[in-house]
Amino acid sequence: MASIKGSRQRGIALHLVLIVGLLLSVFPFYWAVIMSTHSSTEIFSYPPKLLPGSHFLENLRHLFDSVDFFGSMFNSLLVAGSVTVLVLFFDSLAAFVFAKFQFPGRRVLFALMMAIFMVPAQLQAIPQFVIMAKLGWIGSMTALIVPAAANAFGIFWMRQYMKSAIHDELLDASKLDGAGFLRQYWHVALPVVRPGLAFLGIFTFMGQWNDYAWPLIALTNPDNVTLQVALSQLNGVHGTTDYGMVMTGALLALVPLLIVFAIGAKQIIGDLGKGAIR
Amino acid sequence: MATAPVVETPPAVVATSPVVHRKKGILSHWRLYAAISPFYLLFLAFGLIPVGFSLYLSFHRWDGLGSMEFAGLSQYRYLLGDSQFWTAIGNTIIIWALATFPMIFLAIITAVLLNSAVRFKNVYRFAFFLPNVTSIVAVAIIFGSVFSTNFGLMNAVLQALGLDQVAWLNSPWGIKVAIATLMTWQWTGYNAIIFLAGLQTIPSELYEAARMDGAGPVQTFFRITLPLLRPVLLFVLVISTVTGLQSFSEPQVLLQTTDNNSSFAGGPGHAGQTMVLYFFQQTFDNNDFGYGAAVAWGIFLVVILFSIINWRLVQRRGED
Repeated sequence: MASIKGSRQRGIALHLVLIVGLLLSVFPFYWAVIMSTHSSTEIFSYPPKLLPGSHFLENLRHLFDSVDFFGSMFNSLLVAGSVTVLVLFFDSLAAFVFAKFQFPGRRVLFALMMAIFMVPAQLQAIPQFVIMAKLGWIGSMTALIVPAAANAFGIFWMRQYMKSAIHDELLDASKLDGAGFLRQYWHVALPVVRPGLAFLGIFTFMGQWNDYAWPLIALTNPDNVTLQVALSQLNGVHGTTDYGMVMTGALLALVPLLIVFAIGAKQIIGDLGKGAIR
Repeated sequence: MATAPVVETPPAVVATSPVVHRKKGILSHWRLYAAISPFYLLFLAFGLIPVGFSLYLSFHRWDGLGSMEFAGLSQYRYLLGDSQFWTAIGNTIIIWALATFPMIFLAIITAVLLNSAVRFKNVYRFAFFLPNVTSIVAVAIIFGSVFSTNFGLMNAVLQALGLDQVAWLNSPWGIKVAIATLMTWQWTGYNAIIFLAGLQTIPSELYEAARMDGAGPVQTFFRITLPLLRPVLLFVLVISTVTGLQSFSEPQVLLQTTDNNSSFAGGPGHAGQTMVLYFFQQTFDNNDFGYGAAVAWGIFLVVILFSIINWRLVQRRGED
């Protein structure tokens, strides 16, 4: 009996520690809600407010007056959406080739692709900027979409997935039925690897939505930027004066991400673990 | 990474039989090459050519507009004696250490607890992962208010406890602690999920055998869990080294208002200026593209050296 009691106590202690961790994880979001619902005077007063206030709509109006919030949100959706579609298509197509076909140069090309993982972004930043300036893309969303349209991580990820998920017999059978390369890709490969595509899609969308350093440099027109850059502008100009308004913007920028994450959480968390111990 | 080795099996030859293959040669595979070409074209235009160009650039002086001027090794020589760059290296490593060691420690503990908790596991995993999916700009703004000197939550807590307030974003160590706290918060849950996946590959018979031999939980952790977790630990350490040493967004957003000259200055006395922030300042604020390229190669070297040192340390410890 004593040992059962002991293990129950240990169980309670365990959950207490985990709950503390959980509260620390979500607290900054709660804090953002607190600040976005108070006026500046309330925020600057002591003791700090710990419960939501009533100035949310006022902060929201200030936000929409100071920055083209929906314009930048549209830009972010445009960039993240287009990149996701392009990445899913190009990466899965290349991955299908690497996973299931034999051709001259296959090993070298694959090794080359993996080496690209290692190249840090700063080494590319200046020449990319120069090239895009020559192409006339600086200041437009094209500068963000085109270079991100295919990536080594996605090809590697989808290749690992396709190697095990697509059975060679299936491909052989479809070939006997007269299916060409594209039909094999579209009708045999893609339906089988939907879970892998879902992970890559969510991962890509969130990564693009959050991207900050390159957009900050490439989007030279301050009136036509993505949401992250707009937020940063808000913080730079109003950060020390109108915290409630800036915080409202930060909070609203999180909403689409949280929705995508809530939809794909199970997939992401499960696959992330699998990928790491592979 | 290598706990479950992937066995490389030669892919089935679906496209053509060997005989036909030899006859038609490379051209017969044009569909396959076309299918992988988008990545390589993009890589050529926005990866390989830029890297080569940045090497070329690092031997030249260029403001991005006028004509280039050959400078030989002079920019690298200048870099070696550039005290602001060395300060940036120091800042980066200190912030990395302040963030990474607590993060790995907390992540392993969280993973072990999650592994033994039966109920609500998915709720915990969801909540712990949440910090990682949120945009760094929004989070940095939120942390900026937590660490604010005048009305920040941290100082309010210190005041309530009767302690002296700290000018977090105005003092050399306050800045580093604030940035590191933000990074630790953002990455602990992510790495805990990875450690958890590693823990789940450890056979439960090992734990039962240890219990039979009378090993306590602490002994079991250090004798079984930690050694078997080493491949995952190595993975986490390498990833956090490569990403941590290239941190940019966190200090940039947190400290952009504290200096009027450059939003990449990294706060008073450059105390929060990381290597990549310094790169941005030299390149895009000073328009010194040539020197910026040299700085970028310097960063690349530091990251590689530091990764090798880390790798060696973890592996060495494993051999004892």
